[in-house]
Amino acid sequence: MSNTSGRNQQVVVAGIFTALIIIFIIRLFFVQLIEDSYTVSANNNVLRYMTDYPARGMVYDRNGKILAYNQAVYDLMVIPRQVKEIDTIDFCQLLDLTKEDFLDKIKKAKNYSRIRPSIFEKQISAETYATLQEKLFKFKGFYVQPRTIRKYPNNTASHVLGYIGEVNDKLIEKNPYYRQGDYIGTSGIEQSYEEELRGIRGVRIVMVDVFNREKGSYKNGVYDTVAIAGANLVATLDADLQAYGEKLMANKIGALVAIEPKTGEILAMISSPSYDPNLLVGRARSKNYGYLLKEPSKPLFNRAMQAYYPPGSTFKLTNALAALQEGIINPMTTFPHSFVVGSKSVHCHGHPPIALEGAIQYSCNPYFCNTFRVFVDNNKFTDSETGYNTWRTYQESFGIGNKIGVDLPHELKGLLPTTTLYDKFYGRHHWKASTIYSLGIGQGELGITPLQMANVMCVIANKGYYYIPHIIKKIAGKTNNTRNLTAKHFTKISESNFKVVQGGMQKVVEAGTARVAQFREVVICGKTGTAQNPHGKDHSLFVGFAPRENPRIAIAVMVENAGFGAEWAAPIASLMMEKFMYDSISRPDLEERMMKGNLIHIINNTLEKKSDDVDAQIIGPSLHELLPELNINDWNLNQFEFHALITTNKKTCPENKEKKTPVCLIYNNFNWIYKIEKNEYFI
Amino acid sequence: MNIYAAVYNEEHSNIFDMSQNYGKQLMWIGTSILIAMAILIIDGKFFASFSYPIYGTILLLLLVVLAVAKNVQGARSWIEIGSFKLQPSEFAKFATSMALAKYLSTLNIRMQDTKTKLTAGALILIPMAFVLLQNDTGSALVFCAFIFVLFREGLSQNFLIFGFLGGVLFVLALMVPAIILISVIGSIGLLSYILMRKTKKNFITIALITSLCCGAIFSVDYAYNHILQAHQRERIEVLLGKKSDLKGAGYNVNQSLIAIGSGGFFGKGFLQGTQTKYDFVPEQSTDFIFCTVGEEWGFLGTTVVLLMFLALLYRILFIAERQRSTYTRIYAYGVASIIFFHVMVNVGMAIGLAPVIGIPLPFFSYGGSSLWSFTILLFVLIKLDSYRMYVLR
Repeated sequence: MSNTSGRNQQVVVAGIFTALIIIFIIRLFFVQLIEDSYTVSANNNVLRYMTDYPARGMVYDRNGKILAYNQAVYDLMVIPRQVKEIDTIDFCQLLDLTKEDFLDKIKKAKNYSRIRPSIFEKQISAETYATLQEKLFKFKGFYVQPRTIRKYPNNTASHVLGYIGEVNDKLIEKNPYYRQGDYIGTSGIEQSYEEELRGIRGVRIVMVDVFNREKGSYKNGVYDTVAIAGANLVATLDADLQAYGEKLMANKIGALVAIEPKTGEILAMISSPSYDPNLLVGRARSKNYGYLLKEPSKPLFNRAMQAYYPPGSTFKLTNALAALQEGIINPMTTFPHSFVVGSKSVHCHGHPPIALEGAIQYSCNPYFCNTFRVFVDNNKFTDSETGYNTWRTYQESFGIGNKIGVDLPHELKGLLPTTTLYDKFYGRHHWKASTIYSLGIGQGELGITPLQMANVMCVIANKGYYYIPHIIKKIAGKTNNTRNLTAKHFTKISESNFKVVQGGMQKVVEAGTARVAQFREVVICGKTGTAQNPHGKDHSLFVGFAPRENPRIAIAVMVENAGFGAEWAAPIASLMMEKFMYDSISRPDLEERMMKGNLIHIINNTLEKKSDDVDAQIIGPSLHELLPELNINDWNLNQFEFHALITTNKKTCPENKEKKTPVCLIYNNFNWIYKIEKNEYFI
Repeated sequence: MNIYAAVYNEEHSNIFDMSQNYGKQLMWIGTSILIAMAILIIDGKFFASFSYPIYGTILLLLLVVLAVAKNVQGARSWIEIGSFKLQPSEFAKFATSMALAKYLSTLNIRMQDTKTKLTAGALILIPMAFVLLQNDTGSALVFCAFIFVLFREGLSQNFLIFGFLGGVLFVLALMVPAIILISVIGSIGLLSYILMRKTKKNFITIALITSLCCGAIFSVDYAYNHILQAHQRERIEVLLGKKSDLKGAGYNVNQSLIAIGSGGFFGKGFLQGTQTKYDFVPEQSTDFIFCTVGEEWGFLGTTVVLLMFLALLYRILFIAERQRSTYTRIYAYGVASIIFFHVMVNVGMAIGLAPVIGIPLPFFSYGGSSLWSFTILLFVLIKLDSYRMYVLR
């Protein structure tokens, strides 16, 4: 054997060596340079993203009173792997736990992770925390993590403030900002200003070793972000006025909205019955929420902007304004003292022959039924449909039938029927003003929220325009510019037409149906309403503003099933006005009567059925097909059952005085009714 | 010679971050230098003459180990002398190289003879068997590397090819169900017979090979399921992708890949490796040392290290081929083969190309015995090389 004889073998061996090294380098090229997933995995291994939760922004009222703030609470955390040799008995006594509870909780934590912290006990009380803190060194593996929860110190304005809750999986999927365990505003200001209130979460990146022990910050913290506290908000609410209003509305079902006409700032928004906002905070939250949800008077429901109320006589004002503007009537127009359509007729309450101002003052039903008929069936329109649409456009310009755009979630549109709805029920060209005349006096297929009513008052007070009603004035010290709040929204009514309507409204208080609302020497404009409904007693309504010149407050009050407008709604509105304008009450007797008035017993949330009433089943267009036309959205549907009933009974359907045509009513277990006189859709 | 020094220096950087092992390793380096100097002082002829006695002594030591050693991570391969532990299997490689060299360099030995093949085979297989008995599969497998030596000395290339085919077959046997594989091989056999049916001899060969393959498949299946231990089976399954068990058997390799992969081109910088620094990669100072290089020095570092190994191997081959002494040449090939095999398996395992077999990366991994053994291997070669002028053919 010689060197040369091994030539081939030499090359082969060297070749194999080289080939392998080249294979390795190629592999490394892919692993280190092409594939990213390894870098990601390495970071997942070693980096822990620790969240710094910012403090949620506080909410103040217009005078600087705190409406919502944060209270520190303490979560007891546990890292199961580090729990060793602790005095379980002592520990359980401290926390008031049984040994089984303890073992159960530890097991739960272990199931989650042995090396990562999990919550052992949520929101331990300050006293427990104090005693625990002293002994904590004895309990290895446990530590306390401070957190904040929301507090509402005045127990008022629960519907406006809303509440926060833990995010659910669906929401996390939709909004990647949120993670498991985060809190989010789910109602009221807490929801609509969530982004401003929540602040910006900070992230601290720390490196951990294989046992999850912290090894310091990653790259000296250059990638860490500092938590930015949420913005403080200033609400337009007057906390004192709000609280006063809640007292007046106590033990009544209904709603109250007060707005400053010259800005659109909501001074008070009350939905009664209300609830203590602090019930929906902390450990008892889900229990309380369930309780409130089941409560038949629906305290979670914000009637002020979600309930569809028949506006009753208060609706005569916009009717009059629309007719004036269209030239259908003028301030001098008079009508006969009755209004007759076929078998039905509407009569007066008995007063001298009157023009428009007087008709408002005495709330003359035939006057406005006639006005409505003359409007809709007017010769200047090709047909009633066009007439109705023209009338409807005027109403819409007041913000009726649409969302006004308040900065609170879940505002509803209300119901201002479209021609499509009537076409569906009566057939195209088979209806005219005489079919739907009750709209003229605010009955029939109308659903208006108290917020919309108050907004109409702003329009009349401002003689032609309104600002979008809103609840937040300032965000972090700056004017709220999340919406266009300074733009005047003009109606289609010219300024000159408001004079006679305002005059009529002034007379209502001075010498008409709402004399009870008079206080001090203030010139008040108002209008009462007594809305018929099948739930029992009439709804008591009052809308108004004061003073007539340079109005400071516009208000709408609705008290369900309370009787005449002048009986409850007008005094409450008047007291609110006085409280806001003078901060003191000159009529303590009236105040006492309002506060003590308990109308809850009158309320019957189910329809009063008579023996000759029949439960209806819906045929023809299904209820669901009708619902879009009725502006009842899914949200509403989920909370309330809808029923249908055929009745010829006068008491159940008060308008049907002659007992001739059976009327089908769609109603929910709480409020709004829709009546359909054509019964072929129902059996 | 600079290469050796260069490779040596590289070692420090990777040992720095293991504070408790760092000191020990420095000491091992110190003693290694002493050993190197001692070897350089010893007369060159000593090694050739004492090849067999050294071989015998090591065999004896291996037996002693079997008798007295304690169990360390499933393997019984350590002898404790005072506070130090020695791993005779590391030195068995060196002794075997020398014995093999001595035997094959004897005059009138021809690789083509069956007797030569058997004797050489025995020289390799006896220590291999002893090491295998110690449950140190990794070190035992290193002895396979001597096939390169035998090949250089005239062993038919068929052995290499068959070895390679055997490997492929082994993998296939595990991946593909036996019936499919056998029918595929059968049809290949049939096809090749149809193409080459002119001679009868071909038929016999083809039939033989085909049936041999089939037999091999069954024996692989059998051996795999009955002879291999559970953890070895798992490691192979993970490597073949039949099983992805990232928490159990696949954990090492996955974490190792993550460490190397996250290094990128330039690496995270010296001591900045988060994967390795925080112990995500197990055995990172010994068997998975390559991860540290990969993570902290990136693609650049790994390539440089691999190229340096290649240069070292080339250098050894170059030295081997300039020898007039057959003994030295064969010995040099032995050294090259051993180093090559270590690099192949160790790096291959770290980058997920070879099953997890615990053998150290030469000059990098922590561990005295391995460092000593590689020092001895190399410096004996240097000494022998420096004698080349005095040696007659």
